[in-house]
Amino acid sequence: MDNYEFHWNVVFDAFPQLLTGAYTTVHVSVLSMLIGIVIAVLLALGKMSKTKAFYHISNVWIEIARNTPALFLIYMAYFGLGAYGIHLSPYFSVLSALIFINSGYLAETFRGGFQSIPQTQYSAAKSLGMNNLKVYRYIILPQMFRRIYHPMTNQFVWSILMSSLGILVGMEELSGETQRLQSTSFRTLEFFIVAAAMYFVITKLVLFASSLIAKKVFKGELS
Amino acid sequence: MIEIKGVHKSFGDLEVLKGIDLTVNRGEVVSIIGASGSGKSTLLYCINAIEKINGGNIIVDGIDVHDKKTDKNKLRENLGMVFQQWNSFPHLTVLENAALAPQIVKGFSKEKAEEIARKELIHVGLGDKLDEYPTRMSGGQQQRLAIARALAMEPPYMLFDEVTSALDPELVGEVLDTLRLLRDDGMTMICVTHEIAFAKEVSDKVAFFHEGVIEEMGTPEEVLDNPQKERTQQFLSKVL
Repeated sequence: MDNYEFHWNVVFDAFPQLLTGAYTTVHVSVLSMLIGIVIAVLLALGKMSKTKAFYHISNVWIEIARNTPALFLIYMAYFGLGAYGIHLSPYFSVLSALIFINSGYLAETFRGGFQSIPQTQYSAAKSLGMNNLKVYRYIILPQMFRRIYHPMTNQFVWSILMSSLGILVGMEELSGETQRLQSTSFRTLEFFIVAAAMYFVITKLVLFASSLIAKKVFKGELS
Repeated sequence: MIEIKGVHKSFGDLEVLKGIDLTVNRGEVVSIIGASGSGKSTLLYCINAIEKINGGNIIVDGIDVHDKKTDKNKLRENLGMVFQQWNSFPHLTVLENAALAPQIVKGFSKEKAEEIARKELIHVGLGDKLDEYPTRMSGGQQQRLAIARALAMEPPYMLFDEVTSALDPELVGEVLDTLRLLRDDGMTMICVTHEIAFAKEVSDKVAFFHEGVIEEMGTPEEVLDNPQKERTQQFLSKVL
């Protein structure tokens, strides 16, 4: 390390490519969250459902998603499905693996958030003449949303960082771009330092925006 | 008028109400006393259809509460209910807590709903807390909020389910004062309560529940001062 000479110019020249990679990173993470949330709602409903088939499918999905390494799921999407003649691009392999995992984790977050609202809130709202739709719209969901909000932000940050596994299937997100650029310039340390800083800035921005929104939206305290 | 005729209610094998008959006229205050588990609270839940019944009828102003065709939500607009746990909506301010139902259930404009809510909140002594969030308030204040929230629907009947039981002793007084206020307004009320002295003071009629039946019923003087039944005497000797 003593005689390692830093050459930052190469990195600065390649910065636009890194930014393109970062854009893809954000892109895939946001999509994996949006689709993951939709599926998670269904899984959470399934996990609380009395319909056996719906419950079991949701349960198996959630258990696998939460208890297998992200890397294996990406490999299965990319190489595994390939064995069945389904060829996903690196982007879609990573996207589908992240959706799968996000939906599993978020489903449990949603279910926990829902079950943390006391039954008595429901009775109190009903006693005021609200129908079920209004009870959920005005009483249950607003309280639930603030309980799941921060765990959701964490899941989003996790997705951003985990999308870096795309490097292993040749996806051109921030890590993949970094890998490609350092292998042709041999400025390994410089590229990875800058890429790490970019991840840091992205996640910090997400957290900052998230807490800003929380302050605006959430009034009062939870009992 | 609330007419309760031969009401039976079971939870699984456990029969909680074994044929209850009770009539509450407009303007009357009826207190229900009795040991825990005697079915007092269950009856209130059956009156506003939060719980189903297994037999008998409950008729509120001519409407059969448990008839399948009855619009339960519409019915509940007429039956204000306050619970042992105050159940404030923690994500809403005091004013929003009380104004929400008039707005979204009755369809009043926001201004009108808030006007009614403000009036009721001032009535129960929370006029200076309108923009506060309930979790910052004491149990007594939150319970008064729950009362104002129910009153804002302008129901002809109010059901109170042991509304002072979960309160610290020093906070009981302010809630009872609020109930006295309602009695003076002429509100029709059914109060399930452990506050015997209060029941004696405010009630037109007192019903003593024992193991799912009304063991004794009458004026406060009859039931509380000169109980005829042995079980009533035993119960009162324990709580007085």
